[in-house]
Amino acid sequence: MADLSNTFVGIRSPNPFWLASAPPTDKEYNVRRAFEAGWGGVVWKTLGLDPHVVNVNGPRYGVLHGPDRRVLGLNNIELITDRPLQVNLDEITAVKRDYPDRAVVVSLMVPCEEAAWKEILPLVEATGADGIELNCGCPHGMSERGMGSAVGQAPDLIEQITRWCKQTTRMPVIVKLTPNITDIRGPARAAVKGGADAVSLINTVSSITSVNLDTFSPEPSIDGKGSHGGYCGPAVKPIALNMVAEIARDPECRGIPISGIGGVTTWRDAAEFIALGCGNVQVCTAAMTYGFRVVGEMATGLERWMSEAGHPSTSAFQGRAVPNVTDWQHLNLNYVTKARIDQEACIKCGRCYAACEDTSHQAIAMKPGRVFEVKDDECVACNLCVDVCPVENCITMERLAPGTVDPRTGKVVEDGYANWTTHPNNPARVAAE
Amino acid sequence: MTSARRAPGIAPARLPGDALAANFADLHPRLGDHEALVAADRCYFCHDAPCTIACPTEIDIPMFIRQIQGGDPKSAAKTIFEQNILGGMCARVCPTETLCEEACVRMTAEGDPVEIGRLQRYATDALMAENGHPFSRAPETGKRVAVVGAGPAGLACAHRLALHGHAVTIHEARPRPGGLNEYGIAAYKAAGGFAQAEVDWLLRIGGIEIVEGRLGEDLTLDALAADYDAVFLGIGLAAVNALRAEGEDLSGVQNAVDWIAGLRQASDWAEVPVGRNVVVIGGGMTATDAAIQSAKLGAEQVTLVYRRDRAAMAASDFEVDLAAASGARVLCNARPVRVLGEGRAQSIEFEYTETGPDGLTGTGETFALPADQVMKAIGQTLVAPAGLEIEGGKIRTDAEGRTSRPGVWAGGDCASGGEDLTVTAVAQGRDAAESIHRALGA
Ligand SMILES: Cc1cc2nc3c(=O)[nH]c(=O)nc-3n(C[C@H](O)[C@H](O)[C@H](O)COP(=O)(O)OP(=O)(O)OC[C@H]3O[C@@H](n4cnc5c(N)ncnc54)[C@H](O)[C@@H]3O)c2cc1C
Ligand SMILES: Cc1cc2nc3c(=O)[nH]c(=O)nc-3n(C[C@H](O)[C@H](O)[C@H](O)COP(=O)(O)O)c2cc1C
Ligand code: SF4
Repeated sequence: MADLSNTFVGIRSPNPFWLASAPPTDKEYNVRRAFEAGWGGVVWKTLGLDPHVVNVNGPRYGVLHGPDRRVLGLNNIELITDRPLQVNLDEITAVKRDYPDRAVVVSLMVPCEEAAWKEILPLVEATGADGIELNCGCPHGMSERGMGSAVGQAPDLIEQITRWCKQTTRMPVIVKLTPNITDIRGPARAAVKGGADAVSLINTVSSITSVNLDTFSPEPSIDGKGSHGGYCGPAVKPIALNMVAEIARDPECRGIPISGIGGVTTWRDAAEFIALGCGNVQVCTAAMTYGFRVVGEMATGLERWMSEAGHPSTSAFQGRAVPNVTDWQHLNLNYVTKARIDQEACIKCGRCYAACEDTSHQAIAMKPGRVFEVKDDECVACNLCVDVCPVENCITMERLAPGTVDPRTGKVVEDGYANWTTHPNNPARVAAE
Repeated sequence: MTSARRAPGIAPARLPGDALAANFADLHPRLGDHEALVAADRCYFCHDAPCTIACPTEIDIPMFIRQIQGGDPKSAAKTIFEQNILGGMCARVCPTETLCEEACVRMTAEGDPVEIGRLQRYATDALMAENGHPFSRAPETGKRVAVVGAGPAGLACAHRLALHGHAVTIHEARPRPGGLNEYGIAAYKAAGGFAQAEVDWLLRIGGIEIVEGRLGEDLTLDALAADYDAVFLGIGLAAVNALRAEGEDLSGVQNAVDWIAGLRQASDWAEVPVGRNVVVIGGGMTATDAAIQSAKLGAEQVTLVYRRDRAAMAASDFEVDLAAASGARVLCNARPVRVLGEGRAQSIEFEYTETGPDGLTGTGETFALPADQVMKAIGQTLVAPAGLEIEGGKIRTDAEGRTSRPGVWAGGDCASGGEDLTVTAVAQGRDAAESIHRALGA
C-alpha cells in the first residue's frame, strides 16, 4: 500500500490534502469537523490586526455553472476573517492541542509595516501553530487597502515582508502568491530572496462571473452594484498548473517547496499538481461545493493510483512532470502525428467533421453512411477532433514512423529530434551541430 | 367500488373519479426548467444530424435543443414551428422511438437517446403558453384555396398557405376540427384539451376559415375545383375494415376508432362505458390505445389479440410495453373465428395461427375468451373521392402531393407515401402547401 503521509517544510500531516485558507477553515467548529473527515491539515482563514474587517452583508459569491448546475468556477468578494484576533488565536490553540498530528498553518495579512508583523507573529507562535502563510494574493477589497494582491503584485514588498517574518519567527514561512500578474516568477523569486520556506499558489483570479441582464449589475450584486471578485474552482486549475510549473522549472526558484492550490477537485488533480513539483495541495472550492467528505475520495483515489502505478510515497512521483515542461521552441518538429478514428467506437455524431471542416484544416471526409475518415494529406494533427469527440479514445493521434512520407507535406518524416531553433524558417536560427 | 368494477356487461364508472383522473393524466408531463436543461445538455449538436433526417418534418433538432440549453425555449419553439406547426402535438404523440430518438447517436453510444420528444414539448409549451403566434401572414394574394379535412394534414397545409397570404377555407365533416388529434389520439397523450387549444392557436395566423361540409355529400370535387384556385384533400381514412367473423353484428362489438372517438369527446371519464372483459383485435396503434384506455377505465380483463407474431405488430415496442404495463394482456398468433352470446357479445372464439409457406394459416386449435366488449382495430380505409387515381388503397400523389387531377393536391393518411402518423401528415400538408403556392404564383 502506498503511503500518503506528508512532510511539507517540516510540517507533518497524514496526507497531502490541506484545506486552503478560506471559509472552510475560518473557525474551530469547521476545522475540527474537517479533521474528523480526514483532512491532513488546514491553513486557517487569514488573520489580520484588530479592529477586524467587516464583510458585505449581501451576497459574496458568484458562480459559473456547467451542465446540471455543476460548479465550474466560484468567485468571491469575501475579505479576511471578520472575527476578533483573540477569538481566532484561542481557537487555533485549542484545535492544535487536540489534533497534534494535523498541520495547522495560520494565514496572515497585516499592513506592510514591520511593526505590524512584529506584533502579530508572537501571538500566532503562542498558539502552537505549525507555520504561517503570508496572504499576498487576495485580489479584492484588501488590495484596495494596500494588502493582499497589492503586495503580491510588488515583488519588493513580498521580499520585504517575508524577510521581516523570517527574522521574527521560528515558524516556517509560506508565501501565498496571486495569479493576477503577468509573470509569476517575479513574485516567486522575491519570496525566495526574502527567505521564504515555501510558496503556495494560486490565490484567486480577478473576475466578474456574470452580468444580470435585467438590472445590468455584475453578480454577485450588492444593491445594484458589483465589484470584481476572486475566481477559483475547477475553471482555474489550468492557470494554476502553469504557474506552478513556471516556478518549478525556474532556476532562480530551484528547490523552493510549492503548495499547489487552484481547482483541486479529485485525487487526479492533486496528483497532477504533485507531478508538477508540489509538495502538497490545498483545496477550497471542492470543499465549499460538496462538503468536507470529498477528502475521502481524494485520499483513496490517490492511494490506489499510487499503489497501482508503483509510487510508494508522493515524493516518489513529485516533480516527475517538471522536466517535461519546456519552451515551445524546444518541441520536436519531427514528431509527426495524424488523427485516427476508430470506426468501431464512432457513434457518427460528426462533431469532428464540423470542427475540422469549419475551423481547422478540412481534413475529415464525411462518406456515405456517416463514415468519417481523416485525410492524411490535410491533417495537421491539431488535436481539435480528439478534443471535441464525445467518445473517449475514439479519435487518437498516431505517430508517423520515421522514414515514412507525410502525405500533407510530401516530406519524409525524419528520425531524431529537430526544433524551431534550428529550423530554416527561423530568421534567428542557430546552426545545427 | 369493487362492485362497480365487476359490473357485468358494458358499464360506465368502473373506477372512482380520482382514479380515472389519475389514469388519464398526462403520460409524460412537461419537463421542468432544470430537467430540460439537464436533458438538453446531452445533445451533441451533431453535424447533419441523424435525428433531423429521421424526422418526417425535418425539424432542426440540434438547433432547438441548443436554444433550450441557452435558456431560450421560445426561440427553440419557433425553430420547431418553422418546420412543423403541429410541433406541440407531435411532441406528445410521435413514436419518437422509431423516429428521431431511434436515430440519436446516443442510442449508438449508450442505448439511451436524448429525450427529443419531451424537449420539443418543453419548448413548444413555453411559446404556446404565451398565446402569441410566432408567424405573421404575408399580404393577401387574392388566391383562394379549399382544404378538405381539418386533421393534421389539412391544418398544416392551411397554415402554410395562409402564411403565404392565400385565403383558405377548410371544409370539415365533423363538428370539431383537429381530425384524429381531436377524435383519435390516446387521451393521456393529449391531456388538458390540447388538441382544441392547438387548433385555436394555429388559426391565429389569420386567413383560415373552417366550415362544416362533407366531400361526397354536400360537396363535390368538381364544385370545389371550380370555386377555388386549388384544392387540398386531407380526409384521412374514414372507413373501417370489417372483421368478417360470425357474430360481428352482436351488440358489444364495435370499431375501436368509434369507441375512442366517444371517449375523446366525453366530458367526464366516468361517463365512458367499458366492458368488464374487453377483447381488442388488431396489432397497431389503434389496438394498443383501445386496450390501454379500456384498462385505464377499469375493465377487469383486457386482452389484445393479434393474428401474426409480435414482431409483425405495427405498434411500437413502447406502445406494446405501455399496454402490458397498463394491465392488458397481449396475445399473438390467434385470429377470431366467431363472437358468441345471447343478444349481446359474451365471449369470442379464436383459432391459433402460424405463418408458413402459404402465408398465415389456422392451426385448427381454438380457445375462447370472455368478452362483453369486442373492439375491432384492424385498420382504416379510404373513402375515395370520385375522379382520382388510387394506388394501394390511397390517393396517388407525387413527391409534392399532386394528385392525378390538376389543381388537386392530397396529403396525410389518405395519400400514398409515408407512414400513417401525425407527423407525416403535417409534413405532407406543409409540402403540398408549398407546391400549391408555387403553382399559384406561376
Ligand atoms: C386511435 C389512433 C391512435 C393514433 N395514435 C397515433 C399516435 O400516437 N401517434 C401518431 O403519430 N399517429 C397516431 N395515429 C395516426 C394519426 O392520428 C394519423 O396518421 C393522422 O391523424 C393523419 O392525419 P390526417 O390529417 O391525414 O387525417 P385525420 O386526422 O384522419 O383527419 C382527417 C379529417 O378529415 C375529415 N374528413 C374525412 N372525410 C371527410 C370528407 N369526406 N369531407 C370533409 N371532411 C372529411 C375528418 O373528419 C378529419 O377531421 C393514430 C391513429 C388512430 C386511429
Ligand atoms: C470565499 C473564499 C474566501 C477566501 N478567502 C481567502 C483568505 O482569506 N485567504 C487566502 O489566502 N485565500 C482565500 N481564498 C482563496 C483560497 O484559499 C484558494 O487559494 C482559492 O480558492 C483557490 O483554490 P480552489 O480552487 O480549491 O478554491 C478564499 C477563497 C474563497 C472561495
Ligand atoms: S487533428 Fe486537426 S486537422 Fe487533423 S483531422 Fe483532427 S481536427 Fe482535422
